Parts: sequence; C-alpha cells; structure tokens
Amino acid sequence: MIKVEGLWKSFGEKQVLRDVSLSIAPGETLCLVGESGAGKTTLARVLLGLEKPDRGSIFGLPLSRSAVFQEDRLCESFTALRNILIAVRCDRESALCALEKLGISLEEAVNKPVSAFSGGMRRRVAIARAVLTGAELLVLDEPFKGLDRENLCRAARFVLEESKSKYIVMVTHSEEEIGLMNGKKMEIK
Amino acid sequence: MLPYVNVLLASPWDVVKKLWELCAQSEFWLSLWRTFWRIAVGFFAGLTFGGLCAFVSARWRLAENLLKPYVFTIKSVPVASFIVIALVMMSSRELSVFISFLMVFPVVYGNLLQGIKSRDVQLKEMAEVFGIKPAKRFVFITLPHLKPHLISACSTALGLAWKAGVAAEVIGISGGTIGEALYMAKVHFDTAELFAWTAVIVVLSIGFEKLFLLVLKYLYGGLERL
Repeated sequence: MIKVEGLWKSFGEKQVLRDVSLSIAPGETLCLVGESGAGKTTLARVLLGLEKPDRGSIFGLPLSRSAVFQEDRLCESFTALRNILIAVRCDRESALCALEKLGISLEEAVNKPVSAFSGGMRRRVAIARAVLTGAELLVLDEPFKGLDRENLCRAARFVLEESKSKYIVMVTHSEEEIGLMNGKKMEIK
Repeated sequence: MLPYVNVLLASPWDVVKKLWELCAQSEFWLSLWRTFWRIAVGFFAGLTFGGLCAFVSARWRLAENLLKPYVFTIKSVPVASFIVIALVMMSSRELSVFISFLMVFPVVYGNLLQGIKSRDVQLKEMAEVFGIKPAKRFVFITLPHLKPHLISACSTALGLAWKAGVAAEVIGISGGTIGEALYMAKVHFDTAELFAWTAVIVVLSIGFEKLFLLVLKYLYGGLERL
C-alpha cells in the first residue's frame, strides 16, 4: 500500500500542492483529475522521485517505477523496438509482441524511426515502454492523449492486462479513460 | 610589361601543366603524404582532447572555468604568433601537428560543450526514471544529440587545420612537405607551381573534409540502425 500524507509543494511563490493525502492499493488504478495547473503532474513527478515535496510524507513507495510522461520522450532517430530496448531489460520478442498488441506492426517497429511515426503511434510506443519495465508503480500522465477510440480501448486493455497487481497512478481529464481503466477518481484542487 | 605577367599570374593551362609535371615526381606524393599525415594527426588529437575536455567541463563547472582563459588565448592569439613561438620549442617536423591541434581544439571544445549543455532535460529525466545505465545513455541519448554539433565542429575545424597546418610548414620551412614546396615556389617566383600547390591543398582539404564527414555520417547511420 502506498500512502501519501499531507504533501505540500510550491514553485517560488506559487503553491501547487496543498496538503494532499491519498492511498493506493496494489492492483488499483488511482485517477488524478482536476483543472489545468491544479498540481496533478507535480504530484505524479513527486511519486516518480523527480520533485521533492516541501512537506509531507510518502510511505511504501516502491523502488521500481516507470512512467508515460505528458510528452512522449522517445529517442527520435531510433526505431520503436530500439526505444523499448534502450529503457527496458527485455528480449526483442517480448517488445515486438507488446507493440503488436498495441497495433504497431513488426515492419513499423523495426524499420521506421519514431520520428516518422504519427502522434498516436508514438504514444503507444511510450505506453509499451512503460508497461514492459514491469515496475511496481506505473505513473501515467495523460497516457492516451491523441489516441482514437479503437486504440484507446486497446491501450487501456494492454495496460490493465500487463500490470495486474501493480500500483497505477493516472493523470487524466477524461471520464471515459477512468471507466476503461476501472479507476478510482481523486480530484486535486 | 608582358614578360612579367607570368610572375604575377599564371594561366590555368600553365598551372595544369605544372601539376602534371609534379604528379610525375615521387617527391610530390611524399610531400602530400607527410603534410596529410601530420595535419590528420593534429586534427584527431584536437578532436579527442577537445571532446574529452568538453565532457569534463560539462560535468564540472570548475574545469570549464579553468579552461576558459586557455581557450580564449588560443582563439585570440594570431596563428602566426603561435607558429613562431612553437618553432622555438619544437622542430619544424612536429610544428604542423601542434598547430593543427591548436586550431581544432577550441572549435571542437566550444561546439561540443554547447551541445552537451543543451541536452534534452526531458530525455534525461526519462533515463533517470527508467534507470538507464550511463553507457547506454551516452550511446543512445547523448551521441545522437551531439550529431549536428559534432558535424559542424569537424567541418569548421578541418578547414582551419589545413590552413594553419600548411602555414606552419611554410613559416617553419618543414623539409619535404607541401609548405616547403610552396615556400620554394615563392622564392623562385614560380607562380604556376605556387598555384598548382595551392590547388593541391584545396583539393586535399575538401577531400579530407568530405571523406571524414561521410565516415561520421555512416557511423551515425550504423548507430541508428542498431
């Protein structure tokens, strides 16, 4: 169980997180919702260890974490397969299988650099990379941004199937995505 | 007036004829090889040392501050002064190696340091979260990011290395080199030979630059196909 208690974070004069508390059980998807600038991404970054909170405590945070960032953060000149193999210790076949499940063909995965991919394809590569790490905590910051309905369902199913019993924290603005991920909604103000 | 025209300006035909004559001499090819070899050694030494210093400076601010006055001095002191000062300390054989190195170092250092400093912070964070090892980060994140900086630095530095390297051979009258041949042509008022050697330097300089950049792009292509 991950427990966050009384988290505060500010950037200069701007107070971003005010006394945020939450808890996540293994296998649960916690969906952070709220207006833009409410601090959802900041909370996600704190959970990833990329920001230090000013005050507050986090208990039970797993050491192995992975993420789908708000941006794709892919190595542009490399293929989808190489992007996964750079970040994840897995074999070629598992990576190709994951990409195929997300609707990226073998030909596209091994021959095209991700710079030639559409926005939706790049997003799916980022999702495959995050899930394949097998990390205990998966932080997804608007992971399905730019995906059409078919790919959205496919990607949500893939994340849930491959991350059973893992902690999932997802930042989203969409009720549909919360439903697809069977998520528990938490509003950040 | 007419008899002196050939001293001031040689016709293209005379230059081609002279070049043809030079090509038939084994000493011509030996001179080419000696100059090429020395400038290439200076260039690769400058590239390696400049690259290493750029990485060290990017990692430790103190190193950058310590190197700053040296780099500034190398950039601002005229190359002729360096050649004359270096002649006091070393033989004319090593001079072109040293001068080429000196011209290449600040260009490579400056370009690569700027490149390393402008690394993508988002990819750096991604690498941190996914726990990507330093060697992998260097090969798959840093090297591709440095590609335009490295190509630009090498392109500029190669031209400078040839210009300054040959100038060092001329001033140092380094035996059996292109620089010495240029100097002798000037002493004998053999303008056609002077132009012929100049053409050889231009061809060698451009050829070396194109070949090196081709190899660099090929290596990058190989990395991207991994």
